[in-house]
Amino acid sequence: MRKQLKKFAQFTALSSLLVLSACGGNQAAGDEDGESSGGAVKADIGVISYISGPGAAYGEAITNGLKLAQEEINGKGEVEINLVIEDSAGKQDQALTAAQKLMNSENVTAIIGPTLSTEMNVVGPEADLNGVPIMGTSTTAEGIPQIGDYVFRNSLPEALAIPASIDKAIEKYDAKKVAILYGNDDVFTKSGFDTMKKAAEEKGLEILTIETFQKGQSDYNAQLTKIKGLKPDLILASALYNEGAVIMDQARKMGIDVPFVGGNGFNSPEVINIAGDAANGLIVATPWYGEKEDDKVKEFVSKYEKEYGKKPDQFAAQAYDALYIMAEALKNAGEADRDALRDALAEVKGFNGILGEFSFDEEGDVVMDPTVLVIENGAFKEFN
Amino acid sequence: MLIEQLINGITLGSIYAIVALGFTLVFGVLGIINMAHGEIFMFGAFIGVVVTSTFKGPLWLAFLAAIAVTAAMGYLLERFALRPLRNKQGVSHLAPLISTIGVSILLENLSHHIFGPGNHPFRASFAEISFQIGSITVYLVQIVIFVISVLLMYALSFWLGKTKAGKALRATAENLETASLLGVDVKRTITMTVIIASAMGGIAGILVGMAFNSVTPQMGLSIGLKGLAIIILGGMGNVKGAMAGGLILGLAETFVVVYGDSGYKDAIAFAAIIIILLIRPQGLFGQKISA
Repeated sequence: MRKQLKKFAQFTALSSLLVLSACGGNQAAGDEDGESSGGAVKADIGVISYISGPGAAYGEAITNGLKLAQEEINGKGEVEINLVIEDSAGKQDQALTAAQKLMNSENVTAIIGPTLSTEMNVVGPEADLNGVPIMGTSTTAEGIPQIGDYVFRNSLPEALAIPASIDKAIEKYDAKKVAILYGNDDVFTKSGFDTMKKAAEEKGLEILTIETFQKGQSDYNAQLTKIKGLKPDLILASALYNEGAVIMDQARKMGIDVPFVGGNGFNSPEVINIAGDAANGLIVATPWYGEKEDDKVKEFVSKYEKEYGKKPDQFAAQAYDALYIMAEALKNAGEADRDALRDALAEVKGFNGILGEFSFDEEGDVVMDPTVLVIENGAFKEFN
Repeated sequence: MLIEQLINGITLGSIYAIVALGFTLVFGVLGIINMAHGEIFMFGAFIGVVVTSTFKGPLWLAFLAAIAVTAAMGYLLERFALRPLRNKQGVSHLAPLISTIGVSILLENLSHHIFGPGNHPFRASFAEISFQIGSITVYLVQIVIFVISVLLMYALSFWLGKTKAGKALRATAENLETASLLGVDVKRTITMTVIIASAMGGIAGILVGMAFNSVTPQMGLSIGLKGLAIIILGGMGNVKGAMAGGLILGLAETFVVVYGDSGYKDAIAFAAIIIILLIRPQGLFGQKISA
C-alpha cells in the first residue's frame, strides 16, 4: 500500500514536471517562430462559448463569426491567430473551468467570451487576477468592463442602446409625453426599465404612467386601456419579445397607434412573426444591421452565408468584429504578450468594423453609435 | 375609459369563471382538486392555434377539435391518474392531488415538445371583428366570452338540478357507495364529469387564445391557480359561486390597475379574497360540503 502511494507520488511529480517542461518548450518555440516568420505576430486566443445546451445557437453564431474573421486575418499575414475553443454550456462553473484551463495550461494570450453576462461575472475577475485580457462579445449587462483593467467588451450595452433609440424617436415624432410599461419580475427587463426611466428623465420627457406586467401574462388590456386614456406620444416598453409582441398586438387592436420603443430583448424578428402588422412602429437600437449600405457589411454577409448557409445575426457580427479588434491590438503591441496586448486594446480608437466605428472608453466599455431600426410593413428598416 | 375597463374586467372575469366551473365540477363530485385543469385548458388553446393557423381551418372546427381533444384528455386523466387511486386501501386522500400535479407537469412539458416554447399567435378573422361605440372599441369575442360563460353556468345549473344525469351526479357527490347501491352507475358518472369539465377547459382555452392572441405552454399554471382561488372564494363545488368569484377576481384585477399600481395587481386581488374568506369562510355561495 505504502509502496503504491510512493509510486503514485513519484509518477505525479514526474508527469507534472514533464508537462511543465513541455509548456516551457512550447513557449520558447512559439517565441522563436514569432521572430523568424518576418514580423507576423503569432498568438493563441482562447474562446469560451455557449456551444452545447439550450443556448447553443448563440455559441454557434459566435464561433462561426470568429472562424470567419480568423481566416481573413491570417490570410493578410500581419497577425497569425490560433483559436482555442472551449465550451461553457452556459454554466458559470464550466465557464470558469474552461477559463482556468485556457489561462494556465493552454497559455493563451487573451480570451474572447464567455457568452453570458452571468458567466462573465465569474470569469472576468479570474482573468483580471491572472492578467489575461478578456473581451466579451455578447455580454450586455451593467458593470462588465468595470470588473477590472483586463476586462473589455464590444457588445453594445442597454445603457447605450436605449437612449439612442429614445433620442431618435423624440426627434422624429416630437414626443413630449411617454408611458412606460415593463416586466417587473425579470432582472433584464427591470434593468432596461431603469435605463428607460433615466433616459426619459434626462430628455425632459413627461412620464404619464409606469405600468408593470409579469412573465407569461396573456392579458394586458387593463394596463393598455389606462395608457390609451392618458394619450402618450410614445410608449417605452421594456419587455422580452414574447410578451412584447402580444402587448403590441393588444395595443393596436385597442386603437393605440403611437410608436413603441423597446430594449434589446424586444429586438427580434420573432416580434413580426407573432404580432404581424401590429408590430409596425416598434423602434429598437441594435449594434448590427445586416442590410446596411456598406461594402464591409455586404462582404461579410455574403461570405458568412456562403460558408454557413444562413444569414449572420448580431452575435456572429459582434464576434467577427471582436477578433479584428484583437488582431489590431496584437499588431500594435508587436508581440504576443498579455500586458502589452492589454495596453494596446485600451488604446483602440476609431476602429472601423462591420458594426460601425468603434472605440473603448477608459473603462474598456463600448463607445459607438448604434443603428436605430424601426419595423415598417413587416420588416426591420433603418430609422431616420 | 371606465366602460372600456369594465369590459376588460368582465372579459377576464368570464374566462376565469369558465375555468373555475371546470374546477368546481370535479371538486363537487370527486372532492379532488384537479391541478391538471389549467394544462388541459392550455392544450385546448394550442389545438385552436394548430387548427386555425397551421391548417387554416375554420373556427367552428377549432372548437370541435379542442373539445374532442380535451374531452379525450379528461377521459385519460380519469382512467389513468384518478381511477387507480380510488377506493384503494391505504391510499392517502392527497394522492389524487399529487397525481394531477404530476399530470400537469407532464402536459406542460409535452406541449413544450410538440408546439415549441414561446408565444403562438392565434390568427382567426373572427377575433378581429369589432365595433365602435363612441371612442370605445368592443370586440365581438369579448361579448361571446361573456355569453358563453353565462350560458355554461345556466346549462350546468340546469343539468345538475333538473336532469336525471345531474341528479345521479349529485347523488354520487353526496356519497359514492350509497349512490352505487341506489343504481347509479358511479364509474360512468365520474368519468362523464371529468370529461365535461375538461371540455369546458378546452373551450376556455380557445376563447383566451382569441381574446388575447397569446398562447404559451406556461399559460395553464397561472390560470389554474386563479381558478383554484376562485372556487375557494365562490364556495367549493358551487356553480354560481364559480361564476361570481370569477367576475369578482377579474374586475378586481382590472380596477387595481386603473386606480392603483399594476405591480400590486395580483397582491390586492388575492388580499380581497382573503378578506372575504375571513368574513365568510365557506365562500360566497358555499354550504357545508359532505365529505
